[in-house]
Amino acid sequence: MNSTGKVTGIVSNLVTVQTFGPVAENELCYINLDGTKLLAEVIKVNGDKASVQVFESTRGLKNGNEVEFLGKMLEVTLGPGLLSSVYDGLQNDLTTMEDVFLKRGEYTDPLDRKKLWEFSPTAKAGDKVEAADWLGEVKEGWLPHKIMVPFSFKGSYTVKSIAASGSYNVDTVIATLTNEDGDDVDVTMTQKWPVKVAIKGYKEKPRPQKIMETGLRIFDTFNPIAEGGTGFIPGPFGCGKTVLQHAIAKQGEADVIVMAACGERANEVVEIFTEFPELIDPHTGRHLMERTTIICNTSNMPVAAREASVYTAMTICEYYRAMGLRCLLLADSTSRWAQALREMSNRMEELPGADAFPVDLSSIISNFYARAGMVVLNNGKTGAVTFLGTVSPAGGNLKEPVTESTKKAARCFYALEQARADQKRYPAVNPIDSYSKYLEYPEIVDYLNKTIEEGWVEKVLKAKNLVRRGKEVKEQINILGDDGVPMSYHEIYWKSELIDFVLLQQDAFDAIDALCPLSRQKFMLNTVLDICDRNFAFEDYQECSNYFKGIINILRQMNFTVDGSEEYNNYLNELNKLLENNGK
Amino acid sequence: MASKAYQRVYTQLEAITKATVSLKCKGVSNDELAVVSGRLAQVVKTKGDLVTLQVFAGTEGIPTNAEVAFLGAPPTLKVSDQLAGRFFNAYGEPIDGGPEIEGEERQIGGPSVNPYKRRQPSELIPTGIAGIDLNNTLVSGQKIPFFADPDQPYNQVMADVALRADVDKIILGGMGLSNDDYLFFRHSFEGAGALDKIVSFVNTTENPPVERLLIPDMALAAAEYFAVDKNEKVLVLLTDMTLYADALSIVSNRMDQIPSKDSMPGSLYSDLAKIYEKAVQLPAGGSITIIAVTTLNDGDITHAIPDNTGYITEGQLYLRADSETGKVIIDPFRSLSRLKQLVQGKKTREDHSQIMNASVRLYADAQNAKTKLENGFDLSDYDLRCLEYAKEYAIRLLSIDVNISIDEMLDTAWDLFAKHFSKAETGIKQKLIDKYWPQQQQ
Repeated sequence: MNSTGKVTGIVSNLVTVQTFGPVAENELCYINLDGTKLLAEVIKVNGDKASVQVFESTRGLKNGNEVEFLGKMLEVTLGPGLLSSVYDGLQNDLTTMEDVFLKRGEYTDPLDRKKLWEFSPTAKAGDKVEAADWLGEVKEGWLPHKIMVPFSFKGSYTVKSIAASGSYNVDTVIATLTNEDGDDVDVTMTQKWPVKVAIKGYKEKPRPQKIMETGLRIFDTFNPIAEGGTGFIPGPFGCGKTVLQHAIAKQGEADVIVMAACGERANEVVEIFTEFPELIDPHTGRHLMERTTIICNTSNMPVAAREASVYTAMTICEYYRAMGLRCLLLADSTSRWAQALREMSNRMEELPGADAFPVDLSSIISNFYARAGMVVLNNGKTGAVTFLGTVSPAGGNLKEPVTESTKKAARCFYALEQARADQKRYPAVNPIDSYSKYLEYPEIVDYLNKTIEEGWVEKVLKAKNLVRRGKEVKEQINILGDDGVPMSYHEIYWKSELIDFVLLQQDAFDAIDALCPLSRQKFMLNTVLDICDRNFAFEDYQECSNYFKGIINILRQMNFTVDGSEEYNNYLNELNKLLENNGK
Repeated sequence: MASKAYQRVYTQLEAITKATVSLKCKGVSNDELAVVSGRLAQVVKTKGDLVTLQVFAGTEGIPTNAEVAFLGAPPTLKVSDQLAGRFFNAYGEPIDGGPEIEGEERQIGGPSVNPYKRRQPSELIPTGIAGIDLNNTLVSGQKIPFFADPDQPYNQVMADVALRADVDKIILGGMGLSNDDYLFFRHSFEGAGALDKIVSFVNTTENPPVERLLIPDMALAAAEYFAVDKNEKVLVLLTDMTLYADALSIVSNRMDQIPSKDSMPGSLYSDLAKIYEKAVQLPAGGSITIIAVTTLNDGDITHAIPDNTGYITEGQLYLRADSETGKVIIDPFRSLSRLKQLVQGKKTREDHSQIMNASVRLYADAQNAKTKLENGFDLSDYDLRCLEYAKEYAIRLLSIDVNISIDEMLDTAWDLFAKHFSKAETGIKQKLIDKYWPQQQQ
């Protein structure tokens, strides 16, 4: 029998409840408002008073309204059919709601209970299994979706019986397991899991071993993110955060992509609905939507559900990771999530930390980032959750609590910069401030040097350093004037511009340039560094800038043309001619 | 507000601040309206028996034995076609001397549209102002503010935009308007003979500031009636959102909430988003487009109000006084319409986006030339031509007093290019040059 309670206080979506009986931290409850049930979560308990955050508007709620505790935490439903779904932050299926307007207290089933899935068993009667072990699989689109022993099962089990190959819906019992005490338990194709608890059920979580290709040069070449790694993209508004995230969602080398639109513009999500079903995954040739789940809690949807949305998204990723798949989680924007925390902390009259954020903001963010990672499953296979979050720093100032806390937790930092955006140098990622800690991991360095070429990482660092030098001499040129510095300064500056225009900048709207495979990135970096290694003899700075502008133009045109095409080779010949004429 | 038969009346206040009163009472629901000493108030907090009410008109002169009557419902607006052509205060009461509206009573600040049911905005809203149509094209269902200093003529520009825009209804939400500005809007709407398609909700500086908090929800409830029920294209004008946010901070301050950046409430982002996200392209064809004004303090966009706004809206428009020409122009560098690519070249001529990029790039070159000139460097022939071009570009296209069709804007830009530059200097695709370069200038 679950506890009950009644409402005794209301401030916006924070409601105080007088409880009768025990309640747990993070336990869910329904508040009954004239027959409409509003879902809420316990966030603080003090004596017999519980503070709950309501996931809906509290308009019309009264003291004395009855509360029914559910004896469970916020859960997601896991099973085949998650992919290509569009959910709100609490995993309600938005596509099956009839009204144009969202109705309070309307909860829809995340999975299609009637749909039949083609099941084939992989375990057999008599097998010893434990939580997260695979029992069989269904085809979800083209992905093998493993049906697993539910994560909540403790201890070891023996498979008593398992369904034969055939079509079943998600609620069909596909296996019966016997536990150590000899009791039988039924397993269906679906299970539930509390979102705020990380899914374990793997053997170990080693350091990342390889990089996740994105087709973006500023990522893969300069600041690669590891498969199972973490990164974040802070940037003021109008710097191209969304374009960058969408590019990664389209091109990221992953089996499953979960996009959490957390407190952002609804029209941006509409863009995904409109575009993605048309787009093709460059790695598999399948429709992008087939591998994508969208968790959509836009800025005008209830604040508490915004906080839940990132956890819902992460749990779905962890579920697919347990199947040995590579998942990518994109959350836009984690600042909105932090603001949701701030609003609640504020209403509970907690003593505030910096900028009125809760004092434990930093640890909440690190705990969340820690759920990403590559894992070795019990059967020796590997899976990964790579996490990329965006941050929207107030006033574009990176010295604010969310950016600072995230910087401690994430291993890659892609600093979007107003100045670069103003100059239309997209993606506007600052090449000097941004970093990938993975370039310091010996495993990753080995991986890159083996898969791309020997000495690759050294070349990358060299190119980065040239950009830094270029910035330094530019400052000198600005102070002393074009004629006031030695010719070599101009040469250094233009070499850094060459790297900037040809490698760092990339046109997300050009069909060819948008996706640059590693092989092409390798060729381009080598070509550019070869030019940078040359010493030139210019009469004056005008000649120098004109010469480099010519080279830059040719190489940029190459970025826009198909690798190996006639046009491409013509540009290459033109480049070589130009280099022969002046390079020494 | 009319009193109702079943209302509960209390006469003992426990606490009074400048914006709120608290009293002990039972059976009160969240967001419910009440009348305190004849002034409208709304429940913002209950704690046990203690209920806090936000009094919209302020609490000056309210005694501890004031009469408090609860009305049993949150704020509502009566909606019907009778709204058209009328002026209302923040409570939805007529202020133009006309009769009360008859219609369906609807709660304001209602639920949001299911994002999955939205359609991608795709209809152009032409304004005749080239700084907007050519460089920062507006799309129906978009939300975009003017970022302007208080001395700039943003209300005039908004009135122009509203009257020229091809929409079925215009809803004005005026917050903290000076009486002069209110009369300005009223006269320009009347003068244009467009009054029958305009609905206005106005809070002037003569009204109490907290009343402003009702204005956007009132205006948007009316907008939703026309867009959802009538499938109309609705344009909502909100001026000035900075004064709205100021009112939010007054209330949160009186309720002892801990302020975040710039003494704004921690919920500012959500509060603003709830308003702006009402902009929508509906599946049945109706749409709500929001053009707002956010006044800045000396151009500072890092302040919490413009900063949060920038993260919510789909771009922003900057006004700037151009010292070269003495005109007020739409700043082509910092202004941005995030949805423009949904209509440019699709609903407008094929050369639109190329013209836009080329003209702004050449204008940027002129700025560089100007800097060179100011630093005492010699100007090249190209620099001089850029400066000449910039002057004409500002007068003939960027200035807010321009009123021409988009095709005329594109033709004007081609004229300017041909007059000042060679074909190669424009960097426009050869195919377009061949088709559009003015013949007589060759």
